[in-house]
Amino acid sequence: MTDDVILKISNLSKSFGPVRALKGVDFELRKGEIHALAGENGAGKSTLMNVIDGILQPDSGEISIDGQRVKIGSPAVAQKLGIGFVHQEIALCPDVSVAENIFMATTNTSRSFLMNYHALEKKAAAVLGELVTIDPSTLVRDLSISHQQLVEIAKALTLDCRVLILDEPTAALTEKEAQILFRIMRRLAGKGISIIYISHRMVEIFDNCDRVSVFRDGCHITTRNVADVVPDDVVNAMVGRVIDELYPRKQSEDERSEDVILDVRNLSERTRFKDVTFQIRKGEILGLAGLIGAGRSEIVKGICRLEGKVSGEMSLNGLPLSLTSYKDSISKGIVYLSEDRKGDGIFLEMPISANVSALKPEQVANALGLIVRYKEEAQAARLAARLNLKFGALTDPVSSLSGGNQQKVAIAKMLWVDPKLIFLDEPTRGVDVGAKAEIHRILRTLAASGVGILVISSELPELIGVCDRVLVVCEGRISGEVSGKDMSEENIMHLASVGGVRPSLH
Amino acid sequence: MEDAVSLTDTPHTRSADASFIRRMLRMRETGLVAIILVLFVAMSIASPYFLTWVNMRAMVMAFAVEGIVVVGMTILLISGGIDLSVGSVTALAMVVAGWLFLNGVDPWVASAISIAVCTGIGAFMGFFVTRVGLHHFIVSLAVMVIARGVCLLGTGGRPLGLYTLPPEFKFIGQGTIGPVPVVILIFLAVVIGFDFMLRRTTLFRKVFYTGSNEKAAAYSGIRTKRVIFFTTTLCSALCGVAGIIYMARFGSAQPTFGIGMELNVIAAAVIGGASLKGGSGTIFGAILGAVLLSVVSSSLALLDVSVYWQDIIRGSILLTAVSIDHYLVKKRA
Repeated sequence: MTDDVILKISNLSKSFGPVRALKGVDFELRKGEIHALAGENGAGKSTLMNVIDGILQPDSGEISIDGQRVKIGSPAVAQKLGIGFVHQEIALCPDVSVAENIFMATTNTSRSFLMNYHALEKKAAAVLGELVTIDPSTLVRDLSISHQQLVEIAKALTLDCRVLILDEPTAALTEKEAQILFRIMRRLAGKGISIIYISHRMVEIFDNCDRVSVFRDGCHITTRNVADVVPDDVVNAMVGRVIDELYPRKQSEDERSEDVILDVRNLSERTRFKDVTFQIRKGEILGLAGLIGAGRSEIVKGICRLEGKVSGEMSLNGLPLSLTSYKDSISKGIVYLSEDRKGDGIFLEMPISANVSALKPEQVANALGLIVRYKEEAQAARLAARLNLKFGALTDPVSSLSGGNQQKVAIAKMLWVDPKLIFLDEPTRGVDVGAKAEIHRILRTLAASGVGILVISSELPELIGVCDRVLVVCEGRISGEVSGKDMSEENIMHLASVGGVRPSLH
Repeated sequence: MEDAVSLTDTPHTRSADASFIRRMLRMRETGLVAIILVLFVAMSIASPYFLTWVNMRAMVMAFAVEGIVVVGMTILLISGGIDLSVGSVTALAMVVAGWLFLNGVDPWVASAISIAVCTGIGAFMGFFVTRVGLHHFIVSLAVMVIARGVCLLGTGGRPLGLYTLPPEFKFIGQGTIGPVPVVILIFLAVVIGFDFMLRRTTLFRKVFYTGSNEKAAAYSGIRTKRVIFFTTTLCSALCGVAGIIYMARFGSAQPTFGIGMELNVIAAAVIGGASLKGGSGTIFGAILGAVLLSVVSSSLALLDVSVYWQDIIRGSILLTAVSIDHYLVKKRA
């Protein structure tokens, strides 16, 4: 086995100004293995992958492929060497078809003068066939995020690569789609293709990978056979300390309250969901599970009037509730944390304090409508301390923070208005293990203080770990509820997929 | 007022600590001031006429009225919009007020009506942008042509001589209080007023949110379409104000006035740090951009550089300034 090293990296370093992103890293990738990379955000995984893909140039160190020392000057060189990279962020052209996107790289190197669209679509359909049913002539902009991710993967599969890098490919996928992806990964590995798999999800690493390398603070900590370790070992190596419990303690029997914060009855929207009835009780964290596209986000966005025209009855703390706009919803204390942090959650280039106050800057304004900046900063600083936010100055732009801390800013933004009820859509997407545990702890504290909490997540272990009760949505209806011992991935998946299989998901 | 407000304090970097100087140095405005000072010193040596009261006054007068339009444009750019019609709308303001005056309307009333008309044009553009969903660029391009057409149609293409304008009206454009021209006082009032509001009011904070990330702003309960409607309308209204001041200054209404003004105004705002993508910019910076362009023009004229070369040099300055800034921002990030 050890002779089969396809990619070898030795003593590689890379600095960005004073920040040393990689400190003398060694790494070996064997032929036909699925090799997981684990580490918190900022540990150096992405930098290393960008070096391998030729996007970044190392300051020192060697890269060899098949025993030959190579210099990877650009992604084009990497492609020639047989390295394919599926980035975490989707980089497709939204206004052209799926087929054209898939064959963008090959079109780029092709010598023919005219495009043969018919052949292109046929070839695209063949590549996509094993992943998902998408019409190759569809424009990418019309696809859901998860389908776009699959197109991105299909794109990499068309390249004749020996090394395939997948950076959190399942972040936007449903469980089912992820399973399909894992099947394909194993098949590729069987053909001798080596896969580097970056993920924050321990379950995925342990179910699908052969070896795992852990990075921390720009250093390679350890590489182990997955069979020889347990998830806790990996997590401890990642954070460099022992995390006793991944999830905070749940409500105990006698802490359970019958007080209802939000009562929703027969809520319907023209096309998105129908007859949704549920309650959020005081002190609990309620989960909302379901496949992507089942209507989870749509239901909560409908409740707080962010989108859709809903009908049905709602009451908040026993009083009838009718909202006219999201602004109205905010003023009544019902807020929504978006799943797309960078797209619609925060103002990346604006200062932290201005982000935190965005829902209601009036709160720190004087009678003339002027923002009193020291009040704004004081209140932002209080929330930052409460959420254990790591930042330089409150005037720094949010873009200067890590993913986990950006998410804390987004949460601080919700807490600014002292909400009675918070809907959190994928609150820990793209957040590292340490920050994730902190966010979970924050949610538990909020729930205990009487704030209603509803969490939407595609990550079932998270829902099971964090929530006291989980409602499952299937095709716009609540198909069931699980709690206590019944909370298992199997039960939730079963409820999420009963009532027919969606054609777009096979 | 709880704390002192200084013009060099950008809306996002309020400093109250020891790093104040470092922060000052990092600010774009500091660099602009430095460049302007260097030009001043160089020109004072190169030409004896440069550092004279007459030349200074002429220079300030040259950009003061346009500076009012720069204010409107900067705010619009911050909200993520752009307006190509500023020159035509300014001319239209003169023509409407001039025509009304020649038809017996009191000049103050005529001016008020004219500013209202310009505000209406802004609202008209705002409607097409926020309700119909067209891009600012296209809508304002169309209005630029239409407004110019209306100017020419209403005047037959000839300037309207307004010889009977009462002196108290002409005072706005030609008078002085002490040694200072009224035009400059109006300009300063507009600049300081809007600069302050942009930094401090919740209303203008929403302009920044909207321009920075419109969707995130909507997800924060901000009615982004109203914000964009407001900034679009405000920009045209300020064009109306500028047009009236020009009319008082020239004593005539010129239908061909302000051709190419939009380029100057946008250039000033962008040199001063406004982004065409929205979300950033300051009034103070934009005015410094206008000052820089004006100093350059004046210098080139004093050095007897051909008018044709002046355009080439101004364009090059725009490109250079924005490139340097872009490079610095990227390096910092």
